[in-house]
Amino acid sequence: MIPAAFDYVRAGSAEEAIALIGEHGEDAKFLAGGHSLLPLMKLRLAQPSVLVDIGRVEDLSYIRDAGDHIAIGALTRHMDVEKSPLLAEHVPLLAHAAGHVGDPQVRHRGTMGGTIAHADPASDLPATTLALGATYVAQGPNGTREIAAADFYQGFLESALAADEMLTEIRVPKMGGAGWSFQKFNRRAQDWAIVGVAAWRRNGDSGVALVNMGSTPILATSVSGALAQGASVSDAAQLAAEEAEPQSDLNASPEYRVHLAKVLVRRALEQASA
Amino acid sequence: MTDLQERPAGVLGSRLLRREDPALLTGEAKYTNDLNVPGALHLAMVRSPYAHARITSVDLSAALAVPGVVAAYSGADLAGLWAGPMPCAWPVTEDMKNPPHYPVATGTACYVGDGVACVLATSATAARDAAELVDVQYEPMEAVVDLEDALSDRVVIHTDLGTNKSYQWDLKIEGEPGQVDAAFAAAAYTVKERYVQQRLIPVAMEPRAVCAVPQPFGGDMTLYSATQVPHILKVMTALTLGIPEHQMRVVAPSVGGGFGSKLNVYAEELLCVALARKHGAPVRWNETRSENHLATIQGRGQIQHIELAADADGKLTAVRVRLLADMGAYLQLVTPGIPLLGAFLYAGVYDLPLAYDFSCTSVFTTLTPTDAYRGAGRPEATYAIERAMDALADTMGIDPMELRRRNFIRKEQFPYTAMTGLVYDSGDHDAAATKAAELADYDGVRARQAAQNVPGAKKVIGIGQASYFEMCGLAPSRVLASLNYSAGGWEAATVRVLPTNKIQVVTGTAPHGQGHETAWSMIVAEKMGVAPEDVDVLHSDTAIAPLGLDTYGSRSLPVGGVAIAMACDKVIDKAKKIAAHQLEADEADLEFAGGTFSVKGTPDRALPLAAIAFEAFTAHNLPDGMEPNLEAHTTYDPPNFSWPFGTHICTVEVDTETGQVDVLQYVAVDDCGVQVNPLIVEGQVHGGVIQGLAQALFEEAVYDDDGNLKSGTLAEYLVPAASDVPSLTLGHTVTPSPTNQLGVKGIGEAGTIGAAPAVINAVVDALSHLGVRDMPMPASPQNVWAAINAATQGASK
Repeated sequence: MIPAAFDYVRAGSAEEAIALIGEHGEDAKFLAGGHSLLPLMKLRLAQPSVLVDIGRVEDLSYIRDAGDHIAIGALTRHMDVEKSPLLAEHVPLLAHAAGHVGDPQVRHRGTMGGTIAHADPASDLPATTLALGATYVAQGPNGTREIAAADFYQGFLESALAADEMLTEIRVPKMGGAGWSFQKFNRRAQDWAIVGVAAWRRNGDSGVALVNMGSTPILATSVSGALAQGASVSDAAQLAAEEAEPQSDLNASPEYRVHLAKVLVRRALEQASA
Repeated sequence: MTDLQERPAGVLGSRLLRREDPALLTGEAKYTNDLNVPGALHLAMVRSPYAHARITSVDLSAALAVPGVVAAYSGADLAGLWAGPMPCAWPVTEDMKNPPHYPVATGTACYVGDGVACVLATSATAARDAAELVDVQYEPMEAVVDLEDALSDRVVIHTDLGTNKSYQWDLKIEGEPGQVDAAFAAAAYTVKERYVQQRLIPVAMEPRAVCAVPQPFGGDMTLYSATQVPHILKVMTALTLGIPEHQMRVVAPSVGGGFGSKLNVYAEELLCVALARKHGAPVRWNETRSENHLATIQGRGQIQHIELAADADGKLTAVRVRLLADMGAYLQLVTPGIPLLGAFLYAGVYDLPLAYDFSCTSVFTTLTPTDAYRGAGRPEATYAIERAMDALADTMGIDPMELRRRNFIRKEQFPYTAMTGLVYDSGDHDAAATKAAELADYDGVRARQAAQNVPGAKKVIGIGQASYFEMCGLAPSRVLASLNYSAGGWEAATVRVLPTNKIQVVTGTAPHGQGHETAWSMIVAEKMGVAPEDVDVLHSDTAIAPLGLDTYGSRSLPVGGVAIAMACDKVIDKAKKIAAHQLEADEADLEFAGGTFSVKGTPDRALPLAAIAFEAFTAHNLPDGMEPNLEAHTTYDPPNFSWPFGTHICTVEVDTETGQVDVLQYVAVDDCGVQVNPLIVEGQVHGGVIQGLAQALFEEAVYDDDGNLKSGTLAEYLVPAASDVPSLTLGHTVTPSPTNQLGVKGIGEAGTIGAAPAVINAVVDALSHLGVRDMPMPASPQNVWAAINAATQGASK
């Protein structure tokens, strides 16, 4: 509960943060809301030598209408995503899912960019933005680049971000009135999902992503493919775990996870189709 | 929803808000960790990462080089500091095996978390950093995690003992020889069940904290500790460290919960005192949450085999119980006695003839030691008999409520001498069950269930009951003697009227969340005719309250509270003599009401207690030979346990696709006798029920085969939050205890005792149409899903 010694520097802007990370090298970490990093440090499972605090970079906290998508600044708190009228109108799935992250304390401190960059397969918003076909904007010493959510998650807690890159914006396509559902199955409201499903459906199109069904958030492309070819919801749901590589933990064996994924995908699609 | 009953007019029985709460809720309350102790050194423990390993070397050099580090020690370095091993106060049998247990292990580490070295530094952070640098070399040995494996002695943990078996304790009661076997042979129905009481981590909100402060001269030592038992801790620390008892003072500041886990004498308490003496400086230690999971005692940990024999009507004719109890790696303060606290309750609330056969075998494992956890033996016993009663009802094809009613000890049988020889002084189980059934709409739920639980239904409902007797108010000292317990069960109280008619109460109870200050002030207010706010309650400091046996086992009110009432009576008796003297009346002609003595029939000849208090103080005009001041002391040794009882009924809905259990309704009807403060009673029932429900649905200390704790943080060890539990419907009946003047019985553990079997009975009931007959605890979604699969696949074969 007492972290190892570390240095702390505060950045006033994204540029300064990137310069500081570059200066301090591989053992440096960005600190935003701190709700994933600090618990790991307190358990001494993470021992960064320097924390670059980006929590005060004010121009990264926003939710804007950008035409065909909504742009969300990386430092936007989960609570602001949950309560955003703009998201409620155009991306209600994301606003709803943000309301299921952790508990109220976590939602007031944790940030959208932090949870995406942390790339935890058990977190709600990586999978939700993946289902929605989001694009992430990364800024590095040489400028910015866009990374599709489908290309972003590369392994357990591993993303496509370079060590000196910082996630600055999340761009989520407007849902255009699509039906949607977010299914979070857990034993306590505050917990990570044992299995979660974010899904939307509009005419023949759909997006289905799974929480905690592998080392990364999983896009259930087989389900969407089957739906596009006219499969029934219950038949498509049987393909829920085709892309998954579920792990075992105290809450669920891989077999139980696969079973849950099928049940929850079916329920999600039923709700999204209603 | 809370059932608000009519209230009596006096202070006693009113819903007075707890005087403790403003300080607790605003953060003003001072816990051990809040004490400002200049110059204190900080202790950090180095703990074994292995469940079972020989310690081959301990290299402290890197730790000693850390700036701020004052000293570092291996277990061997400290061997000279102990006058004896850590205490176990409950040698339940003559031949009980008890391995020597020292605050820091020397040759062998016996569980993950066992202390193997320690560091002292000028800051907590330096101590922690240095502890990480202590280089301990281990030779790992095989872990012993499974109780049946432990019993086989495949791997013997304490080689000097030659076995993992600590003791076997038997209780066989037969009206005539062979009655149990004969009853089983002649039974119309029998059931034979095996239940597992999973290990639980108590998770008090405040982890343990210790601060030992030596006096600069003379050898006096003050130990501040987050403990439930300052008095027991004082004696045990003195004995274990060879400190004269009168030089030991123990203070328990505000203590943030215990649930039994702080009813102990811990390595870190002894270490802080020993090192404070050695270094001549205060030494403090604060447990981290992770350490709390590893190094504070755990609860439960039993495998229960229970068999019931019944006649054609379902009347019980014999009960046979075989327990296998997990002691963990060592015996802590009362570890071996915990299963025996349940030994007397395996017949539950039922009228059993003299045909009872109980045996408990206890074994060591390479896991954290077990000890008292809310209910301590009694929830386990109640779970077994109440689950087995449902199994018997299922076997007979009758409603479990009906089976219970056929077997209840009837109201007119009280006082009832149980087959164990214990006297249940009062009870009315049928009334409690009837009230609970009404509140739960038992018949209505059964009707809904018949319509809803059809083949293929995705949501099914079940209703489960548990009726219990709680043996609490520990305890008559002579009964404890018969169980080889090393202390008595009395409680002490002093009531002192100050010159201005304010009252000080000194109690030997040691509250850690129960609200004793509020409750005890109400008892005194009622007795003495003063306002509760005019009563101060002093406790939990052995210099202020030197006599006491502390708080555990729902004992504080039925023993400590009654002692206070008796001390009040002594004060009133003395005050009456003064009043008679001053009013020039005969003592027999005086009555005391509303804080005033008056002559019967002549109410204007009266003297208020306030006036007498001042007279007693000035001593200007007291009866000849009377000592000044109004003060009385009582030590009360209860003649019997107290016997709270009740019925809990739980209604659940189970999602048969996912295995998720939702509690639709929870009804608790508890009878704790007279209620001093219904608000506090309800709080105790709420907390207790949720803790029992948590065992049924959420919590489990999970170890892997190597003895590593997999549920090592609160992310894996699922303590439910408010959003995860139902609202409770509370009701009560009031059957005053006939053994004490207040009619009180205790309510600290009742909820925990009733909840786990009620919930699991409901879950099994919901799935019985699918062929499910039992459910492991916790009834997690995965466990429920697996049970449904096993039952339905079994049926399809």
